[in-house]
Amino acid sequence: MSTEFRSNVAHALKRDAVQTHLKTVVDRLRAHRQGALGNDAAFERLRNRCEAIRADAIRRLPDLLQQFESKAQRNGIQVHWAETTLQANQIVLDIMQRHRATFLVKGKSMVSEEMGVNTFLQSHGIGCLETDLGEFIVQLAGEKPAHIIVPAIHKNRREVAHLIHRHFPGLPYSEDIETLAQSVRHFMRDKFRSAPVGLTGVNFMVAETGTLCLVENEGNGRMCSTLPPVHIAVTGIEKVIARLEDLPPLLNLLTRSATGQPVTAYVNMINSPRRPGDKDGPDEVHLILLDNGRSRIAGDPELLETLHCIRCGACINHCPVYRQIGGHAYGTVIPGPIGAILEPQKQGLDAAAGELPQASTLCGACAEVCPVRIPIPAIINRLRWESVRKNRQSQNSRPVVPGAGSGRKSLEALIWKIWAWCCTHPRMYNRMTKLATRLRNRLPADMGAWTAVRKAPKPAQSTLHERLRKMDIDHE
Amino acid sequence: MNDARKSILDRLRLAQCSDSAFVKCDDQNDPVDPVLGPDERIDSFIDRMRAVRTEVHDAPHDSWLDILHGVCQARSLSNLLVSPHTRRGAMIYAAARRFPALKDYSQTIEDWKPELFAAVDAAVTSAYGGIAETGTVILWPDAHEPRAMSLVPPIHIVLLEKSRIYNSLTEAMQIQNWTLTGMPSNVILVSGPSKSADIEQTMTYGVHGPKELIVILV
Amino acid sequence: MNNRVVSEKPQAVYFYGTCLIDLFYPQAGISAIELLRREGVSVIYPQSQTCCGQPAWNSGYRDEALAVARAQLALFPQPIPLVIPSASCAGMMKMHYPALFRDQSDEATALNVAGRVYELTAFLVDVLDIRLIDLGDPISVVVHTSCSARRELGVGDKLHTLLRQLHNVAILEPENSAECCGFGGTFAVKQPEISAAMALEKAAAVRATDAQRLVSQDCGCLMNIGGVMEKQDQVMPGRHIAELLWERTKN
Ligand code: SF4
Repeated sequence: MSTEFRSNVAHALKRDAVQTHLKTVVDRLRAHRQGALGNDAAFERLRNRCEAIRADAIRRLPDLLQQFESKAQRNGIQVHWAETTLQANQIVLDIMQRHRATFLVKGKSMVSEEMGVNTFLQSHGIGCLETDLGEFIVQLAGEKPAHIIVPAIHKNRREVAHLIHRHFPGLPYSEDIETLAQSVRHFMRDKFRSAPVGLTGVNFMVAETGTLCLVENEGNGRMCSTLPPVHIAVTGIEKVIARLEDLPPLLNLLTRSATGQPVTAYVNMINSPRRPGDKDGPDEVHLILLDNGRSRIAGDPELLETLHCIRCGACINHCPVYRQIGGHAYGTVIPGPIGAILEPQKQGLDAAAGELPQASTLCGACAEVCPVRIPIPAIINRLRWESVRKNRQSQNSRPVVPGAGSGRKSLEALIWKIWAWCCTHPRMYNRMTKLATRLRNRLPADMGAWTAVRKAPKPAQSTLHERLRKMDIDHE
Repeated sequence: MNDARKSILDRLRLAQCSDSAFVKCDDQNDPVDPVLGPDERIDSFIDRMRAVRTEVHDAPHDSWLDILHGVCQARSLSNLLVSPHTRRGAMIYAAARRFPALKDYSQTIEDWKPELFAAVDAAVTSAYGGIAETGTVILWPDAHEPRAMSLVPPIHIVLLEKSRIYNSLTEAMQIQNWTLTGMPSNVILVSGPSKSADIEQTMTYGVHGPKELIVILV
Repeated sequence: MNNRVVSEKPQAVYFYGTCLIDLFYPQAGISAIELLRREGVSVIYPQSQTCCGQPAWNSGYRDEALAVARAQLALFPQPIPLVIPSASCAGMMKMHYPALFRDQSDEATALNVAGRVYELTAFLVDVLDIRLIDLGDPISVVVHTSCSARRELGVGDKLHTLLRQLHNVAILEPENSAECCGFGGTFAVKQPEISAAMALEKAAAVRATDAQRLVSQDCGCLMNIGGVMEKQDQVMPGRHIAELLWERTKN
């Protein structure tokens, strides 16, 4: 059965060079994280603590959001709520138009990708410039990020060199990473200086103080939130945490899980726009809180753990499927295991992303590394069930995942019925298995997809059941 | 957009009655916080800062001006952005002839953006504190030392009092009582110069923010 | 995870062969039973056993999984351990039956059975504290630890504990050893391209060790990796750990 996802995968697997490069970088990211774990017991305690912080925050989400809102407003931050990405984009557009701004500089933000704000603003004649090095590379290439932490993970230095050279023909061609980064620095400086608006994401919102916390290494996030007269921050409603003291453990765990660094170069804590007496900082700070399906996810006691995510990317780095196919094949904003559980819940199981829960061997590597211990395989299992379940309406009042039941195919369902019937009728089961052993040399050598790279497995000469009947053991 | 606010909050409230898992955690005290003595704290701070490519000078008694002088000379700086209104800034101004041309961030940024971007070699600011565990300086920008000082010039020099080095961020927040006394518009934690590993996970420095971070312990 | 709930050596255990071993690897089942019996444990093999229900559970067909799992529950009434020569099936019963049977009338029975489940290698090491004497010729084996053993049950190291007792066996690890082999049950059918890419890489890593045998605690992985090597005309016989242990220690 050919699907959008399957053809993406086929395309990705054909690109040997990209695949080899991707694996090298993924393996490097894994090694970095491994090197940063330190003392096992302490790391596990840190995970316990962060798991509890996130669980508590999601449990009290409406209260914390209101608390955050009133604190932030008192500090002078303008808080906007958006149910859909369209609403969020519209809010950005309104702000831009009010300031007669024709372009903005952007820090890395997955929520802005979710909104598709670049395309939206472009259609209104407004330009968005990605300023994060990786995002800029991806933007130059006319692509989408292939990873949530390392957007240009799929590009090697040669490709980056060609891109830069093509767009800045005045610069001498270089494959040296430092030279490339300096060229980008040079180009961006002017933009930071003149940009009327800066847009960024948010890593954590602190309810207790109304603080926006942004974590980064390059300083472009600071540029976007400090220099332009207007700063717009966009974020999902789930990013709130209760107290300021929750922040240090989360920062610690986030950076170590993401890239194996003990700390990022910058932690940027934004409390307010420019205050009287301040000589810089934006005059206006806007925060857009995006729902886009999150509040629905919060309604299910099992699925809501999806919202605990702190977007560290560790599950992506450790996913054997991601390692083979890369980020673009997923066809979603967020790839990898977290994408495979989040995107179908947002878009619906009947959308293209509805197939993503199938993109897992359930090997458990994601859950093993997830800093806040989201049980990703269990949620995948749940979504597979939602996809093929019969009753589209759930019995109790739980909100259903959109598109539930859409993956049910009558032939497949029939096969499972027959299988279950055999396995609940041991006599029939034994007759079937025995038959298979007797036909072992006559079974087809071509078993479709399985035998594309493998020999067909051959049943034994007789089954274990048969052999044991001849042994002197108790059969009850 | 008040409709959006209301429907989001309503949906969340409705969802809340469900028996969502409550995760209890007994590890309330930051489990990884080491508790170090004052000297160990300084050592750890220096080690960690150097590990993230920061030049750290542990100035012996009253020699920080000499060290700052040396730092400026080594880089042949032609000017230095520093406030005359802080205690140490005033001392630098008092010894102005030893230093390159001193500049003050006396206007709002709009009044001198081009100059700030093009013609400032380095900035000196004070730090509100330091963190031993991670090798971090806490910046607490104010009217005298605005935010852009630690961001736009290619070199950022920080003067940090040794007595303000804390074990951890948690400890700094608690002892300095951030929640009660209130924070400035922007608090910045800096651990090293600007950097990126976006190309092939290979680290390169000085991407958008300062290329060099120099900390002088006073 | 330490599976030790039984402190003393049990007199008898139930043995759950699994459908894969029943049809494709009966020798692994026989070997496991022989090992248990040599330790003085009598083995009960309920002939009505079929499949633990995992394929349907992992495919989202919960009603079918429940029906099949329920048919197994009745087979283990005595309060004795249930030993399974597969981490994947043991994981299904131990870790997923509680969820599968949640709010069902027979939930208590399911929890009871789940609590008695042991993966074979964990049982040999943790409960029986088995001592092995290697009687075989020198041989090198490459180990593939299944994901269920490694991550779901946390018993991945038991296989090494056992192998290390065999003095003539050199143990090799493939590169990137913790990576999944790409089997994943119905995953191999639903996403054959990804599965194939993973299996090819794993087989190459296994082959690169130049070992004489491939061992695992799960036959699904053996079938997957072995199938690739066979197709490429590479001869490296796969052995379930029970088979290798029995082969080399029986007189
Ligand atoms: S699911 Fe866990 S591992 Fe994956 S990005 Fe989110 S927090 Fe990180």
